[in-house]
Amino acid sequence: MLTLVGVAIVILGFALRLNPLLVVVAAAIATGLAAGIDIVTIVSDFGRSFTQNRYMALVWLTLPVIGMLEKNGLKERAQALIAKVGAATTGRVLMLYMLIRQLTASLGLTSFGGHAQMVRPLVAPMAEAAAENRHGELPQETRDLIRAHAAAADNIGLFYGEDIFIAIGSVLLIKAYLDQAGYPLTPLQIALWAIPTAISAYLIHAFRLWLLDRRLKAELGIKP
Amino acid sequence: MNVLDAIYLLLGLMFSAAAWLNLRDHSNPKHLKRALFWALYAVTFLFGTWLPPFLVGCLAIGMALLAGIGGLGKGGAPEPTEQERMEGAARLRNRLFIPALLIPLVTVLGTVLLQDFQPGGHPLVELKDATLVALGASVVVALVAGLWMLRQPFRVPLTESRRLVDAVGPVLALPQLLAVLGAIFAVSGVGQVVAGLVGKFIPVESALAVVVAYCVGMALFTVVMGNAFAAFPVMTAGIGLPLIAKLHGGDVAIMGAIGMLAGYSGTLMTPLAANFNIVPAALLELPDQNGVIKVQIPTGLALLVVNTLLMYFLVFRF
Repeated sequence: MLTLVGVAIVILGFALRLNPLLVVVAAAIATGLAAGIDIVTIVSDFGRSFTQNRYMALVWLTLPVIGMLEKNGLKERAQALIAKVGAATTGRVLMLYMLIRQLTASLGLTSFGGHAQMVRPLVAPMAEAAAENRHGELPQETRDLIRAHAAAADNIGLFYGEDIFIAIGSVLLIKAYLDQAGYPLTPLQIALWAIPTAISAYLIHAFRLWLLDRRLKAELGIKP
Repeated sequence: MNVLDAIYLLLGLMFSAAAWLNLRDHSNPKHLKRALFWALYAVTFLFGTWLPPFLVGCLAIGMALLAGIGGLGKGGAPEPTEQERMEGAARLRNRLFIPALLIPLVTVLGTVLLQDFQPGGHPLVELKDATLVALGASVVVALVAGLWMLRQPFRVPLTESRRLVDAVGPVLALPQLLAVLGAIFAVSGVGQVVAGLVGKFIPVESALAVVVAYCVGMALFTVVMGNAFAAFPVMTAGIGLPLIAKLHGGDVAIMGAIGMLAGYSGTLMTPLAANFNIVPAALLELPDQNGVIKVQIPTGLALLVVNTLLMYFLVFRF
């Protein structure tokens, strides 16, 4: 039971809004100590794992390009483009993006999208601009809500698309685990059963985006 | 040094630039701390492959202490002016999209090429690294194209990346730290304890109760671990295989596929999946770090119900 001390630290730390970096480091050290590992080994394991997981930071390499494009008006251009499409609404822009994200992910193209590369410079500004065109000047809370929805559309499209592809990490993990447990399966058998959920995910979230459009209209009215 | 190390070197240089620009930024009273934070992070990319793990561990813990105690102040990078942005948009028009779209396009093309092009049967890079190398290459291509098309001096990408790095802040390193935490949870056996606890409270003779326990367990465990991949082996060994497959004769492929997807509901709802939930909130400059999670919770819960029902109606039929 003592090994759960790290879980408790994480839950408490995040609930109290303490600095997340500090919470995670404290939880890691406490868990290691509770499991009877000595502190030097814990710090070494920590360092080894930190180095192994550097790949998670690679997405930040896009920032110099994105920043330079932003300085030269990428967001403004994305907004101007959407302004020309009369039928564009926030919900429809995000439904379309989620569809593209989910379809490409289901073909294994999971890097076609992402928060730094696509959502911040292109998708979120387009979703905001669509709302501006329809409803006029937006209050800051509405902007924040639309941005949060843009990030969510990327996540949901990715999560429920990638599992249909047979050579994706999650499918291979399921296969590898069930193989060693004595249930040999092909990746296709597993990927097939992700399809009903993928369709449900799209329909459910698209419905919520439709509700978002209705809410924007009710709160802000239509610009004359 | 392999290709991936070279790409980490680029990342190290980017964070070094952020450290240097912060060092000279006297508008932030804590500019030394902020500069030191990015400098430590830069070191782990520049030399991480060759440094002893204990030292890297100390650097990472140092970063957490710097960020956690007293904060890093406000990075004072100048925002691009409206005039700059409007002029650029008017001058470059839709050409601005080309470098932005080069990133995903070259990444996707590069991944496919690196995986399929194997002269003499030897891949150019390790297959598991193909996407990462392709992403690195795509950024170089987009950067060169951008510098050339936009006629920008080379310092612009550096000052602009510093602006964005400071806008996201220390949270930028959180996904990596959480992956470390997951590894330490795994070696300490946290999963087995949680599965044991869940297993104690299920009425095993009811097929519905077992399916609910497995799906909800996957989601809950993912919320705690921040990662459905960590939850899957534990819940499947604890509930899935012994109760759904063996006791009630459920189909293993359906159980595995839908079980993992039930875990994704947890991913949508937890701050511990920082790269999907907390980092985008910082990137989009939301005032509430849980802003993205709040938007995702209704969809996450609805999909958990859908997945539980799908499993219940499918798993015993095939």
